[in-house]
Amino acid sequence: MNKYILTAFFAFASTVVAFAQANIVPAKPQSKKVIILGAVVHVGNGQVIENGYITFDKGKITGVGDATVVKFALTDADVISANGKHVYPGFISPITNLGLAEFESVKATLDFAEIGNMNPHIRSIVAYNTDSKVQPTLRSNGVLMAQITPQGGTIAGSSSVVQLDAWNWEDAAIKTDDALHLNWPATPRFRGGFNRPGFSADALAERTQKAIADLEEIFSQAKAYGEGAKPATSNARLAAMANLFNGKQKLFITAGTQKDIVAAVNFAKKYGITPVIVGGNEAYLITSFLKDNNIAVVVSQPHALPSNVDDDVNMPYKNAAILANAGVTVAVSIDGYWQQRNLPFMAGTIATWGLGAEKALQTITLNTAKILGIDKTTGSIEVGKDATIFISAGDALDMKTNKVETAFIQGRSINLDNLHKQLDKRFSDKYGIK
Amino acid sequence: MKKILLTLALVFSATILFAQQTYPVNGSFDVRPGLYAFTNANIVVNANQTISNGVLLIKDKTIQSVGTGTSIPKGYVVIDLKGKYIYPSLIDAFTSYGIAESQRATAGGFGGGRQSIFTSTKKGAYNWNEAIRPETEVKNIFAIDAKKADDLRKVGFGSVNAINRDGIARGTSAAVSLTDVSENLAMIKDQTAANYSFNKGTSANDYPSSLMGSIALLRQTYLDASWYKGQKEEYNISLDEFNKQQNLPQLFEADGWQNILRAAKIGKEFGKQYIIKSNGDEYQRIDAVKASGASLIIPINFAKAFDVEDPAEARNVSLGQMKAWELAPTNPAVLEKAGVNFALTTFSLDNPRDFWANLRTAIENGLTEKQALLSVTEVPAKMLGISDKVGSLEKGKLANFLITSENIFKSSNIIYENWVQGKRFIVSKMDVTDLRGVYNLNADGIGALTLKITGTGGGTAAAIERTGADSVKTTATFVRSGDWVSINFNLKKNPKGDIRLSGYLTNVSPIAFKGEFALSEGTTGNWTATFKEANKEAPKREEPKPALAANGPLIYPMVAFGNTVQPVAESVLLKNATVWTNEKEGILQNADVLLEGGKIKAVGKNLAAGAAKVVDATGKHITAGLIDEHSHIAGTGGINEGAQSSSSEVRIADIINSEDVNIYRQLAGGVTTSQILHGSANPIGGQSQLIKLRWGKLPEELKFEGADGFIKFALGENVKQSNFGTGARFPVTRMGVEQTFVDHFTRAQEYKKALAIKGNNVRRDLELDALVEILDNKRFITCHSYVQSEINMLMHVADSLGFKINTFTHILEGYKVADKMKARGINASTFSDWWAYKMEVQEAIPYNGKIMHNVGITTAFNSDDAEMARRLNQEAGKSVLYGGVSEEDALKFVTLNPAKMLHIDNKVGSLKAGKDADVVVWSANPLSIYAKAEKTFVDGIAYWDLEKDAQLQKTQQTERARLIQKMLDSKNKGGRTQRPVAVPQTLYHCESVSDYLHEYTTEMEGAHSHE
Repeated sequence: MNKYILTAFFAFASTVVAFAQANIVPAKPQSKKVIILGAVVHVGNGQVIENGYITFDKGKITGVGDATVVKFALTDADVISANGKHVYPGFISPITNLGLAEFESVKATLDFAEIGNMNPHIRSIVAYNTDSKVQPTLRSNGVLMAQITPQGGTIAGSSSVVQLDAWNWEDAAIKTDDALHLNWPATPRFRGGFNRPGFSADALAERTQKAIADLEEIFSQAKAYGEGAKPATSNARLAAMANLFNGKQKLFITAGTQKDIVAAVNFAKKYGITPVIVGGNEAYLITSFLKDNNIAVVVSQPHALPSNVDDDVNMPYKNAAILANAGVTVAVSIDGYWQQRNLPFMAGTIATWGLGAEKALQTITLNTAKILGIDKTTGSIEVGKDATIFISAGDALDMKTNKVETAFIQGRSINLDNLHKQLDKRFSDKYGIK
Repeated sequence: MKKILLTLALVFSATILFAQQTYPVNGSFDVRPGLYAFTNANIVVNANQTISNGVLLIKDKTIQSVGTGTSIPKGYVVIDLKGKYIYPSLIDAFTSYGIAESQRATAGGFGGGRQSIFTSTKKGAYNWNEAIRPETEVKNIFAIDAKKADDLRKVGFGSVNAINRDGIARGTSAAVSLTDVSENLAMIKDQTAANYSFNKGTSANDYPSSLMGSIALLRQTYLDASWYKGQKEEYNISLDEFNKQQNLPQLFEADGWQNILRAAKIGKEFGKQYIIKSNGDEYQRIDAVKASGASLIIPINFAKAFDVEDPAEARNVSLGQMKAWELAPTNPAVLEKAGVNFALTTFSLDNPRDFWANLRTAIENGLTEKQALLSVTEVPAKMLGISDKVGSLEKGKLANFLITSENIFKSSNIIYENWVQGKRFIVSKMDVTDLRGVYNLNADGIGALTLKITGTGGGTAAAIERTGADSVKTTATFVRSGDWVSINFNLKKNPKGDIRLSGYLTNVSPIAFKGEFALSEGTTGNWTATFKEANKEAPKREEPKPALAANGPLIYPMVAFGNTVQPVAESVLLKNATVWTNEKEGILQNADVLLEGGKIKAVGKNLAAGAAKVVDATGKHITAGLIDEHSHIAGTGGINEGAQSSSSEVRIADIINSEDVNIYRQLAGGVTTSQILHGSANPIGGQSQLIKLRWGKLPEELKFEGADGFIKFALGENVKQSNFGTGARFPVTRMGVEQTFVDHFTRAQEYKKALAIKGNNVRRDLELDALVEILDNKRFITCHSYVQSEINMLMHVADSLGFKINTFTHILEGYKVADKMKARGINASTFSDWWAYKMEVQEAIPYNGKIMHNVGITTAFNSDDAEMARRLNQEAGKSVLYGGVSEEDALKFVTLNPAKMLHIDNKVGSLKAGKDADVVVWSANPLSIYAKAEKTFVDGIAYWDLEKDAQLQKTQQTERARLIQKMLDSKNKGGRTQRPVAVPQTLYHCESVSDYLHEYTTEMEGAHSHE
């Protein structure tokens, strides 16, 4: 039965649709120099070039600047005339279980939350599914890179940064094991609606204290483990944390309230680590603390309800802007995986509520690259960086005008088709409508 | 051994005073006359009459006379009260005194609760649902609880109404005295009231799991009971008892003013005027409470201040919680002022001892002493129909009275004795010798000391002082037992260690003591003490009442962003904007919109303002208010009644919650109308309610007037419980889903036929009534749906059984069957871009809306989510991104098109003269991410205004600061506090499975924050 449907699908698709999902293949390496001319170039560092050019070759950006004052030899190059269109650095989705989940309600497709509370040895990259149907739906909105992040427990494991056009996870990886992810033990604010033993405010506070003590224990042990000689009995968990202390791996701590953020930062500092705060819905209350400690924040899900009834109803929209305007390095994330195609509009919201478009763009490009430690090669359209960029007919931060026409990942012109476009075409053709 | 002694004592005491005619006695009868005369008392006969220097005569259980100058016949024990007071003992109309606590039958708790128990597990010819248990009669299960009786007597209560607080129809309560003699004697009235609530209690049945289910079950029970009277088919003890109890007072436990209104609505439908036990928040909407006509029973369990010393923690406490803390003590006064008939109860006090302190707080907040007394005596007596026996001191009534030192409401008052049915219970010993004063104390070998006895009553504390060499001042422990005292102190040296004195009163005037003492090293000796002078104390001034800091104003609703004054409709001319008319005029540039009397007066260019306020809207965009076809905000007590595969009898209309802050938040996103839907836990869901977001109005006032009734249906994974539940409820496949519909509609057709023929003899069935409305085109279906097979199926079922589907909601594979939907004129309300959260959305695509629209289906985008509803305009904008829908049509996805499918496009959905003034002013193109809703009008009232919101936030900040200061002051003055924990906010969407009773809400496993 299944087979029949699939066969029918492909038979149908092959006659009408140019590509079926299985045929959306990763692009071949860049073979020819590309010149983009006349576009509004959003560099990603806040700068805009109104009538700009970009050249790239062998996957790397070779030139960017004002198109009115340069001359090119147009031979041996693909020239893209992009007058009035917009070019952006590829958007980067931090903190996502993309490729680790396919259907939220189907357990067999879920690979992002390992059992156990302290899992520093767990690595997301090995479970990352490049053949998911989801990535193509993100690329067509301009999201070209992502930080694939495990979830669950107190220490969830290590994330890796990937680009979204690859044959396998090995090819996809931009930076493996870039960060270890820790969920700060938060004291629940609510009674949970249960007036029963074990759920009293005091009991919960005690549990939080115990969880923090457990964290101190494993961090102290891991630090000592790395400094001493290799013990007779090795410990995979402790060994996996070595790069945290030598600075090769970052520490991302999810914390929401001001108290938890301060506690989390002070905890990390004890081990000589400058953490990245993830979530931070109350971060706007402690901007000077964050600045003084040089803490970057990945603000989660600006499209959220305020955490308190009394809060400004638009507070979640404003949080990132307040932080950025105070001088904190801010990136923006959204929950989930298929939702990541809305990442550009998170930046759009931040732009509307206090940051302005170009600075808001940084929260999904250069700032994110900096926070993930990949800004040497990505995050902005600058010479020497990867040519991971796209052309949109209009402002890509606004759903009304986001229209990605061409996209390159490391110079490779990627296929922008996806399952949704295919189904659209299939049924629009059935009804004979556009 | 101790236990045996106690039992003996009880039996013994019972035989002494209150022998009962039918009971045999072990030993000689000891029936005493029980004749007492209380003289020289201030007798408070009732709240209106006090006799000074009066005489009260009682005989056995009964009052013989109350008056002045009464000559006391011989044979009476005379008790001279010397100016003390006599009050009628208090009555509590709402207690569970003497009822063993029932154990909850169901497991409940985290993610549980559902057991798939469909009908009663109780053996016998009872009702199908265990929550309907009118056969429970307190008279049969009441047993004296000596400890609780003692607690209540100490506070001053003499009789209470005992209620078995279990179930929705709970059976009869009984009035009992707080005697410790026997149940036979205690029973004052064996049936005081029939009792009800919205809480199913220990019932093992899954149904009902929601507040609206409880309401539906109670309504159905009234109908069933009425049908039962005229039928001969079945014997049903529960229904029989239910009918028998209808002539009793009807007592409803319904906490909170919103539930008062809900109960009153049921009462109105079935011709009942309930006495309602509520929770003390009636001051928030006193007019509505008063208009319900209900008599109330009100607790005075005023909340403790929150401990707000840590500002970070204080953030957890909402303005609503703080204001409620401040204003709750005014509740009794507000009720009195409004003329509501109310009794006060000790119910839900942490400790009955708090009763007087709290009552005095209520008096300080404006409750009169007279009303306070009425509310604990005559009012509850009348409610319970026991005025002939208790509540005032009159001849023939029970000898239930208190002896107090003074006016019972004074903080210095002491309750000495509480007499229950002529039996004396001593609370605080009367006429003890007052030992307070300064004494010369002499102890052998220690020398002269000064003893000072202080404290309350006859003295409860002591201090010792020695002057001269080794001068010392120390407190002493002081214990008194009748005329025997023991005093213990330590002088540090000469001698070292504790000195323990014990002795007795040797003379009363002047007071003198004599006794022995022991030193720590073992020496003993004699001591004496003689009265020297009275304690030098500042003459007791009348305590200056602490100047009460003024209370803040009420706000509507009683949460953040509530208004102190309800906003009113304005005449406004919005000038020179881009106006999206949604009419054939399309989008007008530089145009005006005139709002007047709650309606749109005119749309066009260069309109004359007349008397209207002119608002320059240059550069702004104006649209009709957004309409959310699929919302679950503003509801309470659960939005899924999923215990059965059909729940068409439940109504969202019954559970609208006007206090939900999401109403305000969504106004801030330009939403003006929302259809509040039942969830998707079962194929045939509940009846929907269309509301306008009139922030601050009453629940009934939110309802969209004159709108057609709708009902929620559902298909797919949720109704077959793929991701939650026990798997025992039919159906578990899409095949079974079809048969659920076929079966119910077939029955509905037969029911309709039967009604036509037999009329009132047919058992009214609320579930089938709703389906008949559908068959009659009086109620319209919104069906939650995902995959094409099931969509196709329901269309076929509808065709074959003769009903119409108005709207498919979610309808994520609508694009696959759009032609079939179009052919039947079915509307579509979908998500813009959601997918991958369940198996059934694996082929959900963001082009769905566009395809259905292009096929010619009236298409809308909805939220099903309190967050996304704030950005419906952006969701509409996504139809431009995915499929290039024209901007004009895209906006209609969230305005005119939902209005059409809700049958309200004659009133809302476009900007046209004569339509409701539901209008939004946007800062930019409303489909753009850069647009902010700057003003949102509903009926011409600007419920949202971005600038005013900033002002409101500042005012709120000040109000919070004031309340925080007041709480800190309260704490510093020794007031008790509680941790600042927030009240959890419940956000519902389709998949929220909750159990009202068990106070939990869980998401179906794997459910997304969307459906």
